[in-house]
Amino acid sequence: MAATGVTKVDRSLAMVTEALGAWDWLVIAPVALPLLGAAALLLIRKRIAWHAPASIAIMLLMLAADVGLLIRVWNEGPVHMAMGSWLPPFGIIFAVDTLGAVFATITAFIGLVCAVYATAEIDTTEYRYGYFTFYLLMLAGVTGAFLTGDVFNLYVWFEVLLISSFGLLALGSNPIQLDGTFKYAILNLVATTLFLITVGLIYGIAGTLNMADLAIKARSGDLGAPVMSFGVLLTFAFLMKAAAFPLNAWLPASYHVTRSASSALFAALLTKVGVYALLRTLVLVFPELGETFAPVLLIVANSTMIAGALGLLASNDIRRMVGWAVISGIGVILVGLGLGEAAALSGAIAYAIHSMVVMAGLYLLAGAMSWLAGTDSLFKMGGLAVHSPALLLCGLGIVLATAGLPPFSGLWPKAILVEAALSKAAYVTVGIILVNGLLTTIALGRMFAFGFWRAAQMERSELAPFPLLSKSRIVPVATIAIVSLAGGLYPEPWLAASRQAAAGLLDAATYINAVLPEG
Amino acid sequence: METALSIVVGLLFASAVYLMLSLHTIRILLGVVLLGNSVNLLIFTAGRFRSDVPPIIPIDSYVPTTDVANPLPQALILTAIVISFSFFVFLLVLAYRAYQDLGTDDSDKMRLAEPVGDDTPPQGY
Repeated sequence: MAATGVTKVDRSLAMVTEALGAWDWLVIAPVALPLLGAAALLLIRKRIAWHAPASIAIMLLMLAADVGLLIRVWNEGPVHMAMGSWLPPFGIIFAVDTLGAVFATITAFIGLVCAVYATAEIDTTEYRYGYFTFYLLMLAGVTGAFLTGDVFNLYVWFEVLLISSFGLLALGSNPIQLDGTFKYAILNLVATTLFLITVGLIYGIAGTLNMADLAIKARSGDLGAPVMSFGVLLTFAFLMKAAAFPLNAWLPASYHVTRSASSALFAALLTKVGVYALLRTLVLVFPELGETFAPVLLIVANSTMIAGALGLLASNDIRRMVGWAVISGIGVILVGLGLGEAAALSGAIAYAIHSMVVMAGLYLLAGAMSWLAGTDSLFKMGGLAVHSPALLLCGLGIVLATAGLPPFSGLWPKAILVEAALSKAAYVTVGIILVNGLLTTIALGRMFAFGFWRAAQMERSELAPFPLLSKSRIVPVATIAIVSLAGGLYPEPWLAASRQAAAGLLDAATYINAVLPEG
Repeated sequence: METALSIVVGLLFASAVYLMLSLHTIRILLGVVLLGNSVNLLIFTAGRFRSDVPPIIPIDSYVPTTDVANPLPQALILTAIVISFSFFVFLLVLAYRAYQDLGTDDSDKMRLAEPVGDDTPPQGY
């Protein structure tokens, strides 16, 4: 009886019936590769010599898949893949537009760079406890968050990246790590739970969790009043993730406790996932919320820039100092959301791209500096120029790039944002962006001058003798400095990418049509 | 029924927030557990109740012929339960290790990552 019943059903009503083309698998590859890689690493967990080469190979494949995906999205517009062949909006889908593809590509690139640094830094115990397993899982979580087209699935990827970041933070179990991890874990868990509450409310109101379907429902205007209440929760949760003022205290309390490679990975990716989620929800899915909250976001952006710059000025520990630089970068990105039109959004996305690359570089630089000097404190540091002229050069590049000075990449997105703010007569914001740049220059210039230029402050007998800076420490830092320099000298490609990403966010109709052709 | 459960969810949230405002790690953790459970209940409530009819579609039709219970919230909650449970287990171990190593469960006294009286940076060269 069952068999005859099944043959009568027309599956094409709810399912994709034709087979996927080979290129369609690209959509899932950047997430599937690190997940499989993490599982494989568990199988070979005792052969620790294989861990780093295997993970780097996986990340190279990820990067290739991401670039392929980006090229495809660039030429064809948003693409999607339905999991288990269930047609959207019934099943979970991955939907990739330019924004997601660009961020995913940078994720793989940063993962690669930091992994090279990690090979110089981590010890046998950390290999054995699965450092690279956590590492790959975190990359899978971040990439999944960038590529998914489903709100509940976004929450799941948040949790994937969160639990693996706990692992990376706590691995080694120094008391300082336990302290930092506890605060990081509680604060981020609360933020993610607030997001889950919003997911529940969205489902209760709209009856769907597919982003494209939600975008249709939000534009038809029949969701009613509760949109504002869950919008507040949603924005609050993502701002907490992004470490925007006044929800930033957890970041400088935790990022510096672990290895520099992990800190660099966190600084590049985790806060940007929050920013990405804000862009996705407030611009593409619920534009009405974005418009309503724009003034609030502008105030948040202004205060985040001020708080970040002041924290930067007041820090003595160079690795904690970098945490404040991350926060001040988040403030600059939020300016774009607060102004909320095409030019400002493209400036925000461009700054996010710049910030992902350079913040990783800054943490790696601080890590290399404190490893060379044997201390994190600016009081004790000094004389590094003599010992590593190469690091000096890279350091200068990264400091200038973070401060937004030419010829490095930070200049262009800031110029776009200032122009957008001027055209909207947001003069306070213009002033704060410029003051923020000035204070950042002063604070990082001081770090650079004290660390490199000044004569060594302590007798060498007080500290271990200067170690030799190995290639796997200097190459990642140099790579980032060179990428930032190249981006500053020839900005057109990545600025064009961020323009197209911003246009894709504002043009919801194309996204909706790509995901739900008949809707 | 929805009204009653909404009130329960609100009470659970209130207790969770109250517990998480405490300084002691173990109370914070209890707050986290309550928060996780209240969210699960919230999703369940948001998905509307129908306890009478299971969501089974008769053969020969494509949609349910009567109103049926909604299975999706249960799938969402199942995922959320697994995640929040594993997080709680991790946090419990973390809090216990932190208590062993730091010798305190008072989060105000856990100051290794952010030392009290940390120097301001050097003012002169």
